[in-house]
Amino acid sequence: MEAPSKPFRWSWRSAKFRALVYQIAAVLLVVAAGWYLVHNTLANMRVRGIQSGYDFLRQPAGFAISESLFEFDSSETYFRAFLIGLSNTLRVAIVGIVLATLLGALIGIGRLSRNFLIRSLCGAYVETFRNVPLLLQLFMWYFILTELLPPIDEALQPIPHVFFSKNGLQYPIPVWALDHVWVAAGALVGCVGAWAWRRFARHRREASGSAPPVVLPALAIVLAGGFVGWLAGGAPSALDFPEKTEITVVGGGAVTPEFLTVLVGLTLYTASYIAEIVRGGIQAVAHGQHEAAAALGLARSQEVRLVLLPQALRVIIPPITSQYLNLTKNSSLAVAVGYPDIVSISTTTLNQTGRAIEAISIVMLCYLTMSLLTATIMNWYNRRAAIRER
Amino acid sequence: MQATDPIIAFSRVNKWYGHFHVLRDIDLDVARGERIVICGPSGSGKSTLIRCINRLEEHQQGVLKVDGVELSDDLKAIEAIRRQVGMVFQQFNLFPHLTVLENLTLAPMWVGKVPKKEADERAMQQLARVRIAEQAAKYPLQLSGGQQQRVAIARALCLTPKIMLFDEPTSALDPEMIKEVLDVMIELANQGITMLCVTHEMGFARSVADRVIFMDQGQIVEQNTPAEFFSHPKSERTKDFLSKILAH
Amino acid sequence: MSTITHGYQLIPPRAPPVATEGVLPWLRRNLFSDWKNALGTLVIAALLAVFVPRLFDWAVVNAVARPDNAACRAIGHAGACWGVVAEKYRLILFGRYPYAEQWRPLLATTLMIVLLAASCYRPFWKQWLIALWVVVAAAFFVLMRGGVLGLTPVETARWGGFPLTMMLSTIGLGTAFPLSILVALGRRSRMPGIRTLCVLYVELIRGVPLISVLFMASFMFPLFMPAGMTIDVLLRVQVGITLFSAAYLAEVVRGGLQAVPRGQVEAAASLGLTYWQTTRKIVLPQALRIVVPAIMNTFIGTFKDTSLVTIVSLYDLTGALQLALGDSDWRKFFLEGQLFVAAIYFVCCFAMSRYSRWVERHLNTGARRN
Repeated sequence: MEAPSKPFRWSWRSAKFRALVYQIAAVLLVVAAGWYLVHNTLANMRVRGIQSGYDFLRQPAGFAISESLFEFDSSETYFRAFLIGLSNTLRVAIVGIVLATLLGALIGIGRLSRNFLIRSLCGAYVETFRNVPLLLQLFMWYFILTELLPPIDEALQPIPHVFFSKNGLQYPIPVWALDHVWVAAGALVGCVGAWAWRRFARHRREASGSAPPVVLPALAIVLAGGFVGWLAGGAPSALDFPEKTEITVVGGGAVTPEFLTVLVGLTLYTASYIAEIVRGGIQAVAHGQHEAAAALGLARSQEVRLVLLPQALRVIIPPITSQYLNLTKNSSLAVAVGYPDIVSISTTTLNQTGRAIEAISIVMLCYLTMSLLTATIMNWYNRRAAIRER
Repeated sequence: MQATDPIIAFSRVNKWYGHFHVLRDIDLDVARGERIVICGPSGSGKSTLIRCINRLEEHQQGVLKVDGVELSDDLKAIEAIRRQVGMVFQQFNLFPHLTVLENLTLAPMWVGKVPKKEADERAMQQLARVRIAEQAAKYPLQLSGGQQQRVAIARALCLTPKIMLFDEPTSALDPEMIKEVLDVMIELANQGITMLCVTHEMGFARSVADRVIFMDQGQIVEQNTPAEFFSHPKSERTKDFLSKILAH
Repeated sequence: MSTITHGYQLIPPRAPPVATEGVLPWLRRNLFSDWKNALGTLVIAALLAVFVPRLFDWAVVNAVARPDNAACRAIGHAGACWGVVAEKYRLILFGRYPYAEQWRPLLATTLMIVLLAASCYRPFWKQWLIALWVVVAAAFFVLMRGGVLGLTPVETARWGGFPLTMMLSTIGLGTAFPLSILVALGRRSRMPGIRTLCVLYVELIRGVPLISVLFMASFMFPLFMPAGMTIDVLLRVQVGITLFSAAYLAEVVRGGLQAVPRGQVEAAASLGLTYWQTTRKIVLPQALRIVVPAIMNTFIGTFKDTSLVTIVSLYDLTGALQLALGDSDWRKFFLEGQLFVAAIYFVCCFAMSRYSRWVERHLNTGARRN
């Protein structure tokens, strides 16, 4: 039998009644404010002759974009321009995330080193890059990469065939031929083979006790697969080398100084935060865990792999994901150094068409989607990896 | 090495933390199968003493031999000794991200190179020995304190050690759980394993110990059979300590 | 086998045979404990020995400190040109504020910094501190704006440099903090209407970069106002920064609220306290104490984020730097100017993070349990 329902009392002394009143008041307030703002906006737009609507996305953009992965000229639509902007944002964000994680993990572990010099240098790195605004750091890198480097006719050549100058970095790039697909296919087969080796190794260990090595053979299998694929594809080895002429450098792949500025600035800045997160995660594992593992006779490498890392990663992954998100949002500062990310494209569009609300809303929608995606993945990970308690 | 040689031999062992002289001229022989309870005020060095036996702490002077092997910086010697010595901690120190069964099979599989099936069987045997076999699939934090400590004891036993060290195993437990852990320890003691136990549980000492050692300020003040120790303490310091802990 | 000890004699403590304290043991432990460590030490020491003297030469020995353009060009890359700072520091620090009136932002900022420093000191945490803050804030505006007391009026578009950074941070955080507490409480409320509104606010703002919020403030706020009414750019940007910081602070405060044990609220209820009394006197003091480090981190983050107003053409410290070095004569020595401004930010942020650790230590002595 269910509990009997309680009558609703229309009196200020009833908690439910009060809650209802508060909520209705709050919602009414917000709706009224919203209606007021919308009313004003429409009136203002009428007065200033600003049109509204997202149809402008089909019109030709009328401006060029200084760098992109895909072809773009000024006769393409605004919609395509926004897509290029998004691709530029993702390009710098993904490379930045990978580099920042590697650098940050190294520095975070370095901060726990027994060597005083390494500890101090890593500590100095973190304090320096965390206490200066990112925008200022971007300006400094931009200055270094565009003023202090030599002009392109006197480009530096730190490694043969790699040129570094005010105009960016130019490097050899393989000439795309269909045969390259074989390399990818071979590497994929290699991955399957590596996974199969892992399973085999685990079975051997559980069945007999002796553990065959896993990491190096798996890596070797993937590389071997790629190599065999390369051979099967006719061993395409055409490389497009940048050539230095009298006045410039032609050929090869290139990245602009703007891309380099944003990449280097974001990487170094975010790495300092990731270093602190990694350090905190390792220190969060109770010292008793190390003692128990040592008392059981586990070697240091086994202890790190089986006891320390699983527990540390559970503490590290949530905040590191929000740092990844921060890096992506911080890439919006690219507009200050002229890198055409999505914010930069939207600003140009806004200035040209006057459609402020539409342009800004598109940008906010993109970032909100990325945030939501990341939050969902993070929640899924947290649920799966949570240490089960009472 | 003869069977009558002591399994643990301290010979003028001294240890310092910085300038603090924490173990002073410790001379102690432990025979095979002997059960020893170490008591004393906090800060007297009792935990440090037993942690030196499996090299969780390093001594700076003197000779410490465990099962004939001298403890030094030699890593192989330390590994060999840790396989023979099991330790149970005050804070249990179970691995929270592994199930109870996985906690027990980790060391046999990765250190002892035992196949998984055999490791699982051994683990279930030890869990049955401490009467907690039905919790094998649970995670440590899902169990009560008393259950967790019994799992910790089972985990140490999985390597079939010759020596078991207990560092205040019941001090972090609620009173109603102390009995279940002490019962397991008494059963263990009656099965012939060499035990060194740092504890305040004097009832346990009276019923099980072959020898009670009283430590104060880093040195062994007095050692005797439980009967003699509790009824005829020889030194003033011991009498003082016993009056405090046996008062209620 | 029982060994009976006869006669107990206290063994006096002795000194350790191998010292573990002192300089030499410390060096051995920290720098040369094993061969990998020793190798690392030697490599790093060698690198430092090569680069530090060069850096010193550039920054100090060969540097030009006088505001002399010709001397700076002559020295080129061999020495730093700190003369650019000597020449442009007033433009960098005060932006486009009229030259003759720059004593006013100087005085206003000094007052604010002194009050900030005083607010850090625990014995001053009383009621009159808030009143003092209101007075100083009013004085700040009067000094900067002018128009009364015989001071010439200076429009907000000309405010800039360090005073602008201080103003945006302090007022931004001062208004964001109470707002964030309300939003955090609202997010934990059992009323679905209020909870949804708060969740929407926080997730919306946290999902987008600050630049979007500033653009929204710059371009969209004028459209939201009734026809003919204009709002000051500075006010719009200040509101944008406040809303942005409040969303992040709300998440931090919410974490603190979650960490307060439920038993506290139950005890307060059993004593007859109302919701607001419980929140104000029992829950919030404990919640805020728990998250002091995270709050300070957000404060430091907001202080650095004010640099983004450069992008909407307000000349704070970072923006004023860009302005000052638009001068083609001094353009080559931009780096020295940037280092100067970076140093200012570094000192401020570093001081705040040290203070945060001090607060953490001292506020939690009461809460520490054995």
